Amino acid sequence: MKEVELNTTTINFGPQHPAAHGVLRLVVELEGEVVQRAEPHIGLLHRGTEKLIEYKTYLQAVPYFDRLDYVSPMCQEHAFALATENLLGINVPERAKYIRVIFAEITRILNHLLNIPAYAADIGAVTPFLWCFEEREKLLEFHEAVSGARFHAAYFRPGGVHQDMPEGMEEKLFDHFKTLPKFIDDLESLLTNNRILRQRSVDIGIISKSEAIEWGCSGPVLRSAGIAWDLRRSQPYDAYDQVDFEVPVGKKGDCFDRYLVRIEEMRQSISIINQCLNKIKPGPISIEDNKITPPKRNQMKKSMEALIHHFKLFTEGYRVPAGQVYSAVEAPKGEFGVFLVSDGSSKPYRCKIRAPGFAHLQTLDHLSRGHLMADIAAILGSLDIVFGEIDR
Amino acid sequence: MIKILTKIDGINNVLENNNLLEIEFEKNNIIKIFNELRDNTELNFNQLLDITAVDYPSREFRFDLIYILQSLTKNKKIILKTFIKENENIESITNIQKSADWYERECYDLFGIEFINHPDLRRIMTDYNFEGYPLRKDFPLTGHTEVRYDDLEKKVIYEPVKLTQEFRNFDSESPWEGMENKLFGDEKSTGEN
Repeated sequence: MKEVELNTTTINFGPQHPAAHGVLRLVVELEGEVVQRAEPHIGLLHRGTEKLIEYKTYLQAVPYFDRLDYVSPMCQEHAFALATENLLGINVPERAKYIRVIFAEITRILNHLLNIPAYAADIGAVTPFLWCFEEREKLLEFHEAVSGARFHAAYFRPGGVHQDMPEGMEEKLFDHFKTLPKFIDDLESLLTNNRILRQRSVDIGIISKSEAIEWGCSGPVLRSAGIAWDLRRSQPYDAYDQVDFEVPVGKKGDCFDRYLVRIEEMRQSISIINQCLNKIKPGPISIEDNKITPPKRNQMKKSMEALIHHFKLFTEGYRVPAGQVYSAVEAPKGEFGVFLVSDGSSKPYRCKIRAPGFAHLQTLDHLSRGHLMADIAAILGSLDIVFGEIDR
Repeated sequence: MIKILTKIDGINNVLENNNLLEIEFEKNNIIKIFNELRDNTELNFNQLLDITAVDYPSREFRFDLIYILQSLTKNKKIILKTFIKENENIESITNIQKSADWYERECYDLFGIEFINHPDLRRIMTDYNFEGYPLRKDFPLTGHTEVRYDDLEKKVIYEPVKLTQEFRNFDSESPWEGMENKLFGDEKSTGEN
């Protein structure tokens, strides 16, 4: 029998590494510079969100969702709000649906405006990072205008949204999204035909159609493999069935395709927002049932009933009929789902969070085998990993 | 679709609830059922979205084990549920659905449910050398240990949790709602007596 000598080196990558996008610890087995095996160790940011939610009322659980994937907060609140509304059996008013879609799409642009330059920075381009942060800041002002917070918004609440958009907001949004396409063009001029970016990303980390499905991929990762699957289209929620948009798909499923899909998604998001701004009409922004949504502050000054409702809502909360439900939204990173079990009390009995990044990170070992060590940074960046949601 | 599902061995209780199918199955048939769900062209549940559990400590079959599958071709989601006892284990489905690998590890880590024939059943979320299963209802919210940097030993050390204030879990549930709307002593007025 022939003896084979294994000549591999094992290195530890992270948990403190700028290209690890947070606290990822990777144990990489290398032969020369070629990756034989990459084993992610996750959980360094595990905060027990699911356990904490079991001890909080439904309303108190909302802010935890901002802190999962902290670059796309509102989309996650969306999933929780939909799940709770489904159990409660309520339908939110038209205006709330449009506001939610507008802000879910702003969040998508925010997320891609962070992921694309971070990915570019991982493989050598620093300028886009500075450009995009300026643009993100402008969008975050809209977050702040409606919710009072730049990131941890707690804006999408079961029953609608927290408050109406301030006056003149629609025009401001409209004006802003007139200029954003130009910015995306500029961003593309820096990156898309950049020789270094192409050399570092074309044919790197290819995922085929069948593999993408088997591994539970969703969002841009699944679409880059050539599958036109988008929950906004196939299982529309809120006002997504009222708007018209295209689902960009890739051809090869490599890092470059994932980058292109994200760029195109931003353009589609702008189109969705513009359509919503044209269709949105004045009206209530949350269901008018004080057993679920709190009364207006000026009512509370005059009406005893309103004061009692307010007190009850923020101490006991509302009771949700017993049952179980799984609601998913197309978050910027993929399918973000909430599996909610209620036992009829005012606190969730169990709230399981399905994070898209968890499934994506699982494919890392498979995607990076046979590539160079430096490509791991590119693959990680293109998978759009954020540890807040993976570790929960 | 419901008709085909009810014909599969070991599946009981098929429910449809706006675009979401919910079924219960017997855990001994798990491999057969998952193969059938994936390979039957009428069903084609080709993507496993999640595996999770719900803990009911007072029941004999303590855990509800939940699988969520999606069919990209039929545009359907399905929730499969089975019941298992505390020290029971269940066959792993990693050979049928690749993505089950980490989901089963997570379930093992947080609930202590063992999956037989899983290629690499280790803890995934919790700390190295962690003890206990945090998402079980009898695990305290505050946990058992906490960490701090020790200046003398020059390293991070583990200590039992010390709370400066006792853990407070307010029961603000109203005692009034849910009661019968009845005035005590009022039964006489309706002429029952």
